[in-house]
Amino acid sequence: MDATESVAPEIRVRDLHVILEKREILKGISVEIPKNRITAIIGPSGCGKSTLLRCINRMIDLVEGASVTGEVLIGNVDALSPGIELTELRRRVGMISQTPNPLPMSIFDNIAFGPRIHGERDSKTLDATVSRCLKTVGLWNEVHERLYDPAAKLSIGQQQRLCLARALAMEPEVLLCDEITSALDPISAKHIESELLAIKNEYTIIFVTHILRQARRIADHVIFLYLGELVESGPAAEIFSSPKDPRTKEYLEGVFG
Amino acid sequence: MRRIEEAVFKALMVISLFIVLGSLLAVILVVVIRGAPALTLSMVTQVPQGGFYLGKEGGILNAIIGSLYVATGATLIAIVIALPFAWYLNQYAGKSRFADIFRAILDIATGVPSLLYGAFAFSIMLAIGAKTSLLWGILTIALFITPLLARSFDEVIQTVPFKLKEASFALGATRLETVLYVVSRQALPGILTGILLAFGRGIGDAASILFTAGYTDSIPTSLGDPVATLPLAIFFQLGSPIPAVQARAYASGIILLAIVLILSVVSRVLTKRYMKYVIK
Amino acid sequence: MVRQKGIISRRYRDLIAERAVLIPAILVSVILIAMVIVFLDKASPIFITQPITTLLFSSSWHPLSGQFGFFPFISGTVWVTLLAMGITIPISILSAVYLAEYAHRRVRGVAQPLIDLLAGIPSVVFGLFGILLIVPLIKEQIAPLAGVNSSGYCVLAGGLVLAIMVFPIVISISYEVIRAVPTEMREAALALGATRWETVKFVVLRKALTGIIAAIILGFSRAFGETMAVLMVVGNVPIVPQSVFDPAYPIPALIANNYGEMMSIPAYDSALMFAALILFVIVVAFNILARIVLVRVYRKGV
Ligand SMILES: Nc1ncnc2c1ncn2[C@@H]1O[C@H](COP(=O)(O)OP(=O)(O)OP(=O)(O)O)[C@@H](O)[C@H]1O
Ligand SMILES: [Mg+2]
Repeated sequence: MDATESVAPEIRVRDLHVILEKREILKGISVEIPKNRITAIIGPSGCGKSTLLRCINRMIDLVEGASVTGEVLIGNVDALSPGIELTELRRRVGMISQTPNPLPMSIFDNIAFGPRIHGERDSKTLDATVSRCLKTVGLWNEVHERLYDPAAKLSIGQQQRLCLARALAMEPEVLLCDEITSALDPISAKHIESELLAIKNEYTIIFVTHILRQARRIADHVIFLYLGELVESGPAAEIFSSPKDPRTKEYLEGVFG
Repeated sequence: MRRIEEAVFKALMVISLFIVLGSLLAVILVVVIRGAPALTLSMVTQVPQGGFYLGKEGGILNAIIGSLYVATGATLIAIVIALPFAWYLNQYAGKSRFADIFRAILDIATGVPSLLYGAFAFSIMLAIGAKTSLLWGILTIALFITPLLARSFDEVIQTVPFKLKEASFALGATRLETVLYVVSRQALPGILTGILLAFGRGIGDAASILFTAGYTDSIPTSLGDPVATLPLAIFFQLGSPIPAVQARAYASGIILLAIVLILSVVSRVLTKRYMKYVIK
Repeated sequence: MVRQKGIISRRYRDLIAERAVLIPAILVSVILIAMVIVFLDKASPIFITQPITTLLFSSSWHPLSGQFGFFPFISGTVWVTLLAMGITIPISILSAVYLAEYAHRRVRGVAQPLIDLLAGIPSVVFGLFGILLIVPLIKEQIAPLAGVNSSGYCVLAGGLVLAIMVFPIVISISYEVIRAVPTEMREAALALGATRWETVKFVVLRKALTGIIAAIILGFSRAFGETMAVLMVVGNVPIVPQSVFDPAYPIPALIANNYGEMMSIPAYDSALMFAALILFVIVVAFNILARIVLVRVYRKGV
């Protein structure tokens, strides 16, 4: 692709509106997401956190009749522009979902899937990618002897780490994580958290969570959404210690949501 | 009173199930018992020799091979048409009305008796002056099993969880890649079962190729040769007044039954085997 | 870095596939339409020479002198099909209810593969079974018991063989719809003190009724078009049967036995295509009916 894409993939969202089934789900969001940091999106259930994430890698396209306007600049490519190559966008923007969703194939093939469809054929390179990614997520020691077993045989926590490794294998610039620890036991959740912390200098990570303590633990930057609007965003320390908006304050104090 | 009613109906249910399973057993037992005496090795290793239809030497290898040729060819054609059809219905048509219309058409095509596909194919043959042959036998069976296969593919592919497609798209796969590498993979056990069922229907059907495949005592060497099939071999041998030939019809019945049985076992084994990657 | 080769070709491959997968869908549809056209076209000479009422309701079948009354064949088909369905419906539904509601898992585990196997047996084998067991049974036991003479090749033989063939169709679909009735509904009835059977009768069957009707219609259309098995045991005499011990000559048997044989009499060919058309129309009508019923089931969300 052209050289301009190597510019910082800091994400700039401008005036993002999403309408689903005649309801405005996101009402003009404008926000900047810093490069190579963990940004937590918090807010009560149904406020549009997942919807915002799905705009960044255009998974929102799978929802029939969704109308999306505005801009989502990743580097200086607008993810919402109609002519964009979706497959390349999604390679650059990895996504891990709430419940682990391994593909119906072996552990190895799960991780090699992304590189393969994006054109990687060399088996040595694939081997290297698979072991590198498994090591990054701390799964290598657990599974290196059964790389060709079905992914479905792994425990839920292992499956989620596999999904993280699978996203990393595409060498993305951005990682979208939608409540990725909510289906896991506390130990597995800790694993994932520490892995994200370990890799955050190389990836722009956007992390949706309902657990405020988790956001406090790992986020550098926080975005607070409320009923489809952006209420406040800024460095985590600031937001958590001195929120400017009363709604943020109430949310952090556990008044709602 | 309530107790009695319940007991009566429960008894009726058990009896019904026994009738159903009993008739299955009866079908198999009767054919096996009556056919076994005439079932010799030469039945499955030889083609009909001179005077075969008068009770002399020979076997029905021609029909066994013929059936396998016809069913294999037809199944291959049917897969080539039915699989993309199911992909279309589940991946490309979205929730459009076209998918509904094509599914309705598929349902109707599935219900059309095989005899009518045979009559249709034969009419076409008459119109273009084609002779009965292996090729037309294959085409006729393909006409008949393609809708069956497309429908069963559609049914298994519909059960593939949406989150798998989502995972694939999120990794940047196109719709084609998703359907080829993820959806079909997940549906593989069901797809294999469907293929074997269709193959079984193809091997067992006689009404459709009655007009189009012809009949011959030799094994066809080209697509243009006529071909004998097992069901028709049974049917024709039964028509003979000679008891020895009739007995061979029963023995041929065992062979046909055995093929069906093998298919059903293979289908179970394959399903189990390919289940292991499937995400529940 | 992952190689970024062939992005354009990936997108185009997808777009080409989008067009390509339409071809099979259109092909199957076109074939179905072509069948109607071919049958109509080939049957048209007989329409022109004879009024449709004569074709459908006359009993005189003398192809050589140009008389084509289909009534014997139509009534043969109706007799055999109705008899088969009369046997199949209660037995299949009772079996399905038993398997879905009462049977132990192990019974189900044994019965289901056997029923699948039954569905896979070729019709010629059923015909063979009919000839070997049912026909002699009727000739030597049942007919004398009823005080009539019969060759055994008769409506009853056709109906019995057909009934066995239709079992697995009606059972497996009914079983599916019964199992699809939500457990909460059963529990609600049981919690009100209903017995198992009352729950089945008042809740489960009521809820599954439309689905079961669809199963019956599908079984019906299968029975209607079945050719070889019936042809082998039903006698094939073009008369209007007066009892189940009389032979009959259903439409599919007529076509199978004669199509392509009597090319020298063009009207005969045309008459057979008329018969094919009748079969086609009835089977399609039944399928559409089943579809309408099933669509209603899905709307109601059983
Ligand atoms: N496919 C859809 N069609 C219509 N409305 C939808 C759809 N998906 C989501 N919504 C609505 O959009 C709003 C935002 O949903 P979203 O999933 O983004 O919320 P969220 O903040 O992620 O909530 P949660 O924390 O519960 O995951 C909700 O009110 C939801 O009902
Ligand atoms: Mg969400």
